[in-house]
Amino acid sequence: MSTPVALDISALPGPDTIAWRTLPNGLTLLARENFVSPAIFVAGFLRVGAQDEPAELAGLASLTATLLTRGTRTRSYDEINERVESVGASLRVVSATHTTTFSMKGLAEDVVPLLDVLSDILRSPTFPEEHVERVKQQHLTALREREHNTRARATLAFSEHAYPPGHPYHTPTAGHIHTVEPITRDDIMRFFEAHYEPRGGAVVIVGAISAEEALNVLEHTFGTWEPKPDRARVPVPPASPPGTTVKVAVSVPGKAQSDIVVGAPAMPITHSDYLPATVANTVLGVFGLMGRLGKNVRDREGLAYYAHSVLHRSPLNAPWYAVAGVAPEMVERAVTLIQGEIRRLGEELVPEEELTDNKSYMVGSLPLRLETNEGMASAILDLVRYDVGLDYLQRLPERIWNVDAEAVRRVTATYLRPEACVVAVAGPPQPK
Amino acid sequence: MENKLHDVRLDNGLRVLVKEVHTAPVASFWVWYRVGSRNEVPGMTGISHWVEHMLFKGTERFPKGAIDRAIARAGGTFNAMTWMDFTAYFATLPAQQIELALEIEADRMVNSRFEPDEVEAERTVILSERHMYENYPVFLLEEHVTAVALLLHPYRHETIGWESDLRTMTRDDLYRHYRTYYTPNNATAVAVGDIDGEAMIDRIARAFGSIDPGPEIPPVRFQEPPQRGERRVAVSGPGSTRYLHVAYRAPAATDADWPALAVLDTILGGAKGYRGASPNSRTSRLYRALVDGGLAAGVSTSLVPTVDPYLYTVTVTLLPDSDPQQVEEVLFREVDRLRQEAITARELEKAKKQMRAQFAFSTESISSQAYWLGFSSIIADVDWFTGYLGRLHGVSADDVQRVAREYLDATRRTVGWYEPDSSAAGAVKSEE
Repeated sequence: MSTPVALDISALPGPDTIAWRTLPNGLTLLARENFVSPAIFVAGFLRVGAQDEPAELAGLASLTATLLTRGTRTRSYDEINERVESVGASLRVVSATHTTTFSMKGLAEDVVPLLDVLSDILRSPTFPEEHVERVKQQHLTALREREHNTRARATLAFSEHAYPPGHPYHTPTAGHIHTVEPITRDDIMRFFEAHYEPRGGAVVIVGAISAEEALNVLEHTFGTWEPKPDRARVPVPPASPPGTTVKVAVSVPGKAQSDIVVGAPAMPITHSDYLPATVANTVLGVFGLMGRLGKNVRDREGLAYYAHSVLHRSPLNAPWYAVAGVAPEMVERAVTLIQGEIRRLGEELVPEEELTDNKSYMVGSLPLRLETNEGMASAILDLVRYDVGLDYLQRLPERIWNVDAEAVRRVTATYLRPEACVVAVAGPPQPK
Repeated sequence: MENKLHDVRLDNGLRVLVKEVHTAPVASFWVWYRVGSRNEVPGMTGISHWVEHMLFKGTERFPKGAIDRAIARAGGTFNAMTWMDFTAYFATLPAQQIELALEIEADRMVNSRFEPDEVEAERTVILSERHMYENYPVFLLEEHVTAVALLLHPYRHETIGWESDLRTMTRDDLYRHYRTYYTPNNATAVAVGDIDGEAMIDRIARAFGSIDPGPEIPPVRFQEPPQRGERRVAVSGPGSTRYLHVAYRAPAATDADWPALAVLDTILGGAKGYRGASPNSRTSRLYRALVDGGLAAGVSTSLVPTVDPYLYTVTVTLLPDSDPQQVEEVLFREVDRLRQEAITARELEKAKKQMRAQFAFSTESISSQAYWLGFSSIIADVDWFTGYLGRLHGVSADDVQRVAREYLDATRRTVGWYEPDSSAAGAVKSEE
């Protein structure tokens, strides 16, 4: 009774509609036109992140990224803000584990001066002392708020037990209070000098500007940026699911609800198991109203407002987990239900109709994610970030349709096993 | 972009707004009901939101789960939202599948079953949703401040409702609310996207035309009495961070003073995204005074367009060592400065440019365009949004000073503090 969605593949971005060139300094430039509104979105990433920071200074990459906008050799903090905000634009820089991403949203008429600011903060920041202290205090306040956030605490506990010490996913990119407190301006300057470079990075402009003009203005802006050819990143060790189930409970007194995270390290996005795992994850906790988890934990049992699952995209063993927020006395019941759904997916073949519905959703919803300049820019950047080819999205529908029920069962049984996963709970102390 | 807006009313009173936008092979269909927390009385708070949840629980034609499955397998996304003045349902789909959304919405406007078992299962889901919010200190603070700032008008309670009402409301209460407000004469249908405008009106008329109109909607007679002096409220709970939330009485969205207050808000608290993430606001007066001034980790302001007069609010996250008294003084000094001195011509122009840019971003996606058509038709009329920039253009520096004097008076404000209970903070621990 399900009819596969007919999707016009030419509506998806591909080699014909993404303009690109790579500069001698190793930076890839991309552009895609969209004249629906006078807006543009500029986004990019550099190959620098928390994986490059020493464990005892966790949070260093994050602080460095935040401080880029606090002053450059030619512009003060106030001048940067005024330049960006006076034209209604936005500028964000955020450091993740493997990359530091930046984005600008603005009107096409302001693209040249905005890119000039972007290039300036990425290449010539000065990290003024007073701002280092102020930003650090703001960062520490956020970390203190995190101490009392049940969802964040459950996720942190999951990461600490799913990944060994030394693995970049063991530690949150924001760091901990005791690792952020000792960070000095010298640490930040050293980190910047050692790691910020264009090599391997990418910048895309999506919006109301011709692709040719976009590439030219990007080349003019970033062409003179010197790479650091001697810089090498420390290789990251692989991670695998635990041998047995590890249970961890974090007590956050005074809260109304507990948060649960159940999962394990999975596979890199480039692994052949990744696509079948995406289909499995959609069945488990995404499709419709949060997949099978939504149907059983929320709808049938009324245990939770949210119960869904997430398979992260990453070049390493990305985490794959189910999450739910439930009443403290219902934690055990919810964990049993979640593990039951995971077990069923790893043991029984998904019925053909359910599988077709899920694949149909994944294919049909592709254009929806690409509706805004921001969504499009992010999708195009991922093609470069993970080196999957500019035709990846256009090939994706056929590859999704080719995933069969056995592949879904096999990847679940391989990576997400109830008898070998981390169960992390954060909330009010539980009655013994 | 500048395609014609079709605006017709069916014989049963349903208003139909249709706009062709051919930028992506996507269409978005919404039904907006004029019902929300504005229409709720004590004992029944949260009822509109709960009814919204029940509309996913099935009809004869689309039994429970069928709606989510049908839309998802057609490659669409869907959701619903309940707010102070409205409850809205939407689906965004590949354009050739949009008929499905019409059929679902027409069906559940009248045929939702509200089975007692399903009502009970949803009761715990909704309590769980409320408990999720309660886990956040700012929610608790805001809930209390709003309840103190407004003595009478139903806007004084959150759309989620008070816990005791959520525990005691009955199936019949919910069903009566549904039958009262879910009528074609109390609704607006909006379709935007890659569609034929005339044909879409015919299709909507076919799907909804046979639904009988309901009785007249009970009027909302509550008129908030004037505020006769500053009000104060203190909330304490788990955490390690202090928050300040201040609410001033503000006018309705249709008030002639609204555009000047929106400009004032942009200068005081920064430009706002009309939907989605807010842009940078580091040049706003409050960010400079409180965050750059080293007193706060963050500050945000909010002016919500509403049918009846509501509130203009400021929320401050304090740094651990900040003196609360000093934070208040600095905040109120900045507010007073707007009352005492006229803003400069440059500030005015900058605010207008920022708002123009945000407006451009808001028209980027098809679902966002549909949202704004429906939203403005509820809180005022469609020209509230389409004519927004024109009305802003007319705002002068004198207007801004005049509304600052009128609305940001100390006797019209409610000041709320969240005091972290430090005894709970020390108890955070992890165990295995």
